[in-house]
Amino acid sequence: MEAKKMEQSILSMKGIDKTYQMGEEAQRVLKHVDLEVASGEFIAILGPSGSGKSTLMNLIGCLDTPTEGSYQLNGALIETLDESEMAAIRNREIGFVFQQFQLLPRLSALENVELPLIYSGLPEKERRTLATEMLTKVGLQDKLKNRPNQLSGGQQQRVAIARALVTQPTIILADEPTGALDQKTGHQIMELFEDLHAEGKTIVMITHDENIAKHSSRVVRILDGVLIDQNEQMGR
Amino acid sequence: MFLESIKMSWKNIVNNKMRSFLTVLGVLIGVAAIIALISIVQGVTENITTQVMDMGANKVTIQAMGTPLKEGLTLNDMERIEAVENIKGVAPTITGMSAISANGVVVEDVIVYGKNEVHFSNSDDLLKSGRSINSLDVTGKTKVALIGSNLSKTLFENETPIGKEITVNGATVTVIGILEASSGFAAGSTDDGLVMPYTTVMRTMGTGYIKSLDVYLRDEGLSDQTTSEIEGILNTAFNNNSDGYKVTNMQNILDTVEEMTGTMSMMLTGIAGISLIVGGIGIMNMMLVTVTERTSEIGLRKALGAEPKTIQWQFILEALFLAMFGGVLGLVLGVLLAVVAAQVMGIPLILTGSSVLLAIGFSAIIGLVFGYAPAKKASQLNPIDALRSA
Repeated sequence: MEAKKMEQSILSMKGIDKTYQMGEEAQRVLKHVDLEVASGEFIAILGPSGSGKSTLMNLIGCLDTPTEGSYQLNGALIETLDESEMAAIRNREIGFVFQQFQLLPRLSALENVELPLIYSGLPEKERRTLATEMLTKVGLQDKLKNRPNQLSGGQQQRVAIARALVTQPTIILADEPTGALDQKTGHQIMELFEDLHAEGKTIVMITHDENIAKHSSRVVRILDGVLIDQNEQMGR
Repeated sequence: MFLESIKMSWKNIVNNKMRSFLTVLGVLIGVAAIIALISIVQGVTENITTQVMDMGANKVTIQAMGTPLKEGLTLNDMERIEAVENIKGVAPTITGMSAISANGVVVEDVIVYGKNEVHFSNSDDLLKSGRSINSLDVTGKTKVALIGSNLSKTLFENETPIGKEITVNGATVTVIGILEASSGFAAGSTDDGLVMPYTTVMRTMGTGYIKSLDVYLRDEGLSDQTTSEIEGILNTAFNNNSDGYKVTNMQNILDTVEEMTGTMSMMLTGIAGISLIVGGIGIMNMMLVTVTERTSEIGLRKALGAEPKTIQWQFILEALFLAMFGGVLGLVLGVLLAVVAAQVMGIPLILTGSSVLLAIGFSAIIGLVFGYAPAKKASQLNPIDALRSA
């Protein structure tokens, strides 16, 4: 099982360093990070605040570029790409799920899920079909026309997950996906992630919460910019 | 993708109707002012031009004030001017003053104008009834007169004066016609006066000099050239004393009028243009606020795969739509103002396609120019910072 995962590695970070220049002071947030994620894995990156996990998530999400090191995602060398190629990678390869959902308030659930497909250049009819399909998958088939403020927090996060899934990305990148939800709703969201994992989706989740991390198939800890304990297997 | 940008921009404008309307007010007023002002100035120009043309564009007027040595033009001078190639005819005016009696009524200090047949053949509506002066009257120095309508009333009350005899400066003169009451615009109303052949006036009143001469041209296009030829003759006649005469060329007046209204039009359009620029700044301000407000939306769109240029287009289009929206509303308001102004001021309504295109094109340019900077700013937002600001 373990060997099989490693040979199908779709996310590969080698020697990643990230340094922020704060005035005269240079702050090294990530220190020589190596990370391999195999296709179909559900990995949790666990760390307290200030550990550098957000910076790592930005790098994985192609929202930022590393100061040093090499990052390969589904065969593409990210550090060689320009801004618009990065945008295309984000669109095709990554499905973002944010702590605060990040839905556009004036758009309906359906329109929110359609948004990434607009940037893929898909015609309206196909967008509508795919978005409806994904909202049905997360159990919101009767909330298509609802705006975010007409939905509960859990429902909003489901819309966000549907939006992350709709482009069939290589990885789902979730940043504290339960952070803004109560425990029960959070649990339901984690069950949804587990279902997606069972379907074979690759999920990278950033969290500070041990209990949430338990839902994953592998936990990677980060502390002061250093990745540790790569092979810890949590029981689930 | 471009179509989607258009839809998104449009949606955002519609979602903020009140704010969008207030934002475009500046452009609206600017465009309305330009359309209305251009129309009004063109209407006024047209009006003035028509009035000047009515006075005769093919006419050159000579005022001979004279010098101490020579009080005006002589008949010889007039013949010399008449001989210039482009001249169709000359109409001299000689004025004298005399007591007039008829019917036992005496009127003192009546102005007697000496004219010729050219004067009557080149102007319409001079004669109310009877006949006018012809060339035989001029050459024969016949004692005939056309009477002003007021003078006729004074002398003959409601009787027709035609065929009656009056005494002018001791000479008996037959009235052959009544002059039309003047419209009040042209100088030198003949309503209280008498018009006789100028040759007759010269003889009966002993006046030797012509003080005023209207010259009619064959070709108006050559009026400048002919005017300078006339000036040459006058210069000789008055011994190089240019204070002795004044030549007024209608074409010159027309050119001056057009130049003046042209300058005025430019100036007013310039002022209206300033309000357009102010309107553009309003749009830019609104767009900058929008970009700041929607920072997290922009970040999200970028995270979901929007390229910087897609974001930029979305905001430029939004600014463009706003400006065009203002432009179209301004066009409607401007046309309404022009119509009202034309009615109130009594000028012809002139709306040209070019002023419409100018206004719409200008507002589009305003939208693009003032939308560019906010759109650029939006496109350069870092998605990480943008998402975090939520």
